[in-house]
Amino acid sequence: MIDAQVLARAQFAFTISFHIIFPAFSIGLASYLAVLEGMWLRTRNPVYLNLFHYWLKIFAVAFGAGVVSGLVMAYQFGTNWSVFSDKAGAVLGPLMAYEVMSAFFLEAGFLGVMLFGLKRVGPTLHFIATLAVALGTFASAFWILSVNSWMQTPAGYAINAQGQFVPADWLKVIFNPSFPFRLVHMVLAAYLTTALVVGAVGAFHLLKDKANLEARKMFSMAMWMATLVAPIQILAGDSHGLNSLEHQPAKIMAMEGHYQSHPHGAPLILFGLPNQAKGEVEYKIEIPKLSSLILKHNLDAPLAGLDTVPRQDWPYVPIVFWSFRIMVGIGLLMALLGGVSLLARLRRGLYDWRPLHRFALAMGPMGFVAVLAGWITTEVGRQPYTVYGLLRTSQSASPLQAPAVAASLAAFAVVYFVVFGSGLFYLLRLMGHPPHDHEEGLEEHDPIRAAGITPAPAIDPDRALQPVH
Amino acid sequence: MTYSADLTLIWAGLIAFAVFAYVVLDGFDLGIGILFPMLGSDADRDTAMSSVAPVWDGNETWLILGGGGMLAAFPLAYAILMPAVYAPLIAMLLGLVFRGVAFEYRWRTKRARWAWDLAFCGGSTLAAFSQGVILGAILQGVTVTGRGYGGGWWDWLTPFSLLTGVSVVAGYGMLGATWLIMKTTDNLLARAFHLAWRFGAATVVAIGAVSAATPFLKADYWRRWLTFPNIIATAQVPLLVAIAAVALFFCLRRKNETWPFPIALGLFALGYAGLAISLYPDIVPGRVTIWQASAPASSLGFMLIGAGILIPVILAYTGYAYWVFRGKTDPKGYH
Ligand code: HDD
Ligand code: HEM
Ligand code: HEM
Repeated sequence: MIDAQVLARAQFAFTISFHIIFPAFSIGLASYLAVLEGMWLRTRNPVYLNLFHYWLKIFAVAFGAGVVSGLVMAYQFGTNWSVFSDKAGAVLGPLMAYEVMSAFFLEAGFLGVMLFGLKRVGPTLHFIATLAVALGTFASAFWILSVNSWMQTPAGYAINAQGQFVPADWLKVIFNPSFPFRLVHMVLAAYLTTALVVGAVGAFHLLKDKANLEARKMFSMAMWMATLVAPIQILAGDSHGLNSLEHQPAKIMAMEGHYQSHPHGAPLILFGLPNQAKGEVEYKIEIPKLSSLILKHNLDAPLAGLDTVPRQDWPYVPIVFWSFRIMVGIGLLMALLGGVSLLARLRRGLYDWRPLHRFALAMGPMGFVAVLAGWITTEVGRQPYTVYGLLRTSQSASPLQAPAVAASLAAFAVVYFVVFGSGLFYLLRLMGHPPHDHEEGLEEHDPIRAAGITPAPAIDPDRALQPVH
Repeated sequence: MTYSADLTLIWAGLIAFAVFAYVVLDGFDLGIGILFPMLGSDADRDTAMSSVAPVWDGNETWLILGGGGMLAAFPLAYAILMPAVYAPLIAMLLGLVFRGVAFEYRWRTKRARWAWDLAFCGGSTLAAFSQGVILGAILQGVTVTGRGYGGGWWDWLTPFSLLTGVSVVAGYGMLGATWLIMKTTDNLLARAFHLAWRFGAATVVAIGAVSAATPFLKADYWRRWLTFPNIIATAQVPLLVAIAAVALFFCLRRKNETWPFPIALGLFALGYAGLAISLYPDIVPGRVTIWQASAPASSLGFMLIGAGILIPVILAYTGYAYWVFRGKTDPKGYH
């Protein structure tokens, strides 16, 4: 018999994993759109405007999905983690209220103008609206990551007579020890994820038509991002790990697969099969002393293992171990893509070298995989606590009956796969369609004209995407 | 202590405001979804949807402020009420998922368009109905043990909560129809007048039925509404409702295009005032007052700084967004 708590965790993990996919894309895409529109206003080069309209349609679909999946999250705290809400609400609630007031309203308020208002308000005001939406997505990441980081590395709180966390110092709550690292790492992740999607779409169209100006421009822009930002992301991830070593050592032990302590320099386990019951990593391939070098900058530095931690406080190592390797592996691949594209660029082959385009195409979805893998590392590695070291997951759950949670989990699963599966299909279809001159914005595809005045839908492949009666 | 008591009152007021803003703003969006199958031609449906496409997201954000604000300001109430209304709450969220994605998806397909039309209408109706059920379930009271919900997972389902569910559907339909009166022309306008009659009448009946049933739910409600001297004050509410209803039907009859929507908003405000009379100062009826559920003053004060600055700004740019898309909706659509 599966208990309600396990189901509630599964439901939370399922809904948040779906949610994070969309913001990771829209944080990056909103900024990219702002750059495109800014470049257009500065240079008046129509390629930028075409690209802006092309990606705006995609943004509208992805953003809608982000909003509805996020709305679900706002209530999951209460439905699934009501005890947690009672205990941590006074500290975390205000941060989320700030997120709503400073981020969600900003996005939502200007989204309509950004999507439909170019003709109504003119380019300058429209650009301001685009900037406001981009700023809103960033502010949203700021606050919610502060919330999450506080759960990882709580600070600036006191505990009152009812056992509730209460704020003692707001600055310490917001800028808790892991927050700066997590914010930098996540925002870079969002930019890289978006860059990989843009790069893959560019590559796809270059493979079909090397002369397409829009495809060239977007491919080049995306490859610059990969070249410049992927190495920074690796550095950011490294310092994030050092920060976790300081504040959540058990999580790092799980990521490294260190069940045992190593008093004279710990090896870096590349691969292996962690066996939680036996407390050891089987069939491992390791490089001696490298882990100590990375984490302590000294080959012989001692590193404690999970054998120093009481068993009931262990995170589940196999998941953390593997999700971490997936993320890092993809990070290295991204840096490789960035390096290879730089070489191609220097040899003036950026738009001609087909293997590079195929590589970029294959990397298209990898940012999402890395983001999910990273979050799974972070969250599963925090277990068995919701507020690290202070509040156990088993003491956070709602008093719900298993059938209620099971039924809702099933409903979420079915609805999400149908709804977001269709969304993915529409997104891919939009992306599969080559960008071109006179790309229409959203206000253009009005249904009546498409059907009435011109018989366009039947002739023009672009128009075929537009609704018809 | 008085300082923190005042903060509690301010936050109760602010959250009540956020929920009210949500109800009337998303109310007309959801209303359009509810009326969707009754709007006649496809072209008219496109116009109706275009009339809310630029603003629905902002409208829905008030719901997040209501929920998030309650977690922040009244964590105990949030912790008790959310599990108590678990099933209808999840149903509402799923309804809003369908309705929200339909805005974009239906323009992206010809073949499956009917499916997203259905999602738009079904999702809106389900969300509205669930909101009504949640309201009824809270009004009729929930079982509390310790600091948590102590009842079962079907407790919310009663004839009263079904009545409030249907009432909200009717009310949102009225808001949607009167919105369309303000925003459309020609055939669609004529239809909107027709629908406003029907849903307006249904709303007035529903307000009557819910008001008649409420005092019997709890002795407290009875005392607040129907004993002397309270009744002198509380009797004003039904009186104003009657006046507003007459005004609404009068305007509909005269084919006035400006006033029906504001009057419909007024009806909602009166219904909301009625709820406040029933509940105040409880947040979990009969069990937990706003003061018992309140977060410490340091949390409320910290948030109030932000709210004091940001809410006026939000109202300003939200107003701006409505202004940009003012006037009758171009039947060709913004979309
Ligand atoms: C494009 C996405 C992406 C890429 C390429 C990487 N990461 Fe990452 N990583 C994330 C996306 C991400 C994330 C989704 O943003 C996480 C989850 C939570 C967080 O703060 O960031 C994360 C978490 C995360 C953590 C866990 C922090 C904690 O909670 O304790 C560590 C140690 C690293 N990363 C380290 C790395 C290293 C060494 C990388 C080098 C290749 C790397 N990441 C690439
Ligand atoms: C900043 C926002 C986030 C907050 C506040 C948050 C908070 C939580 C909470 C309260 C739990 C429940 C305790 C538990 O069972 O672990 C949890 C679990 C989990 N979260 Fe997050 N989370 C956030 C972001 C994410 C993201 C973006 C992912 C994406 C992949 C994610 C993945 C998970 C997973 C997989 C679990 C289940 C872990 C387990 O039960 O072993 N979280 N998180
Ligand atoms: C438990 C955790 C989370 C909750 C409760 C939550 C809540 C929400 C809500 C309610 C929305 C809809 C806002 C609207 O109507 O505009 C939303 C959207 C958004 N969220 Fe989350 N969220 C969570 C995790 C995250 C994380 C981890 C990130 C990023 C780092 C994030 C970034 C965003 C962004 C950028 C949006 C805007 C919509 C979009 O870009 O698709 N959220 N979130």
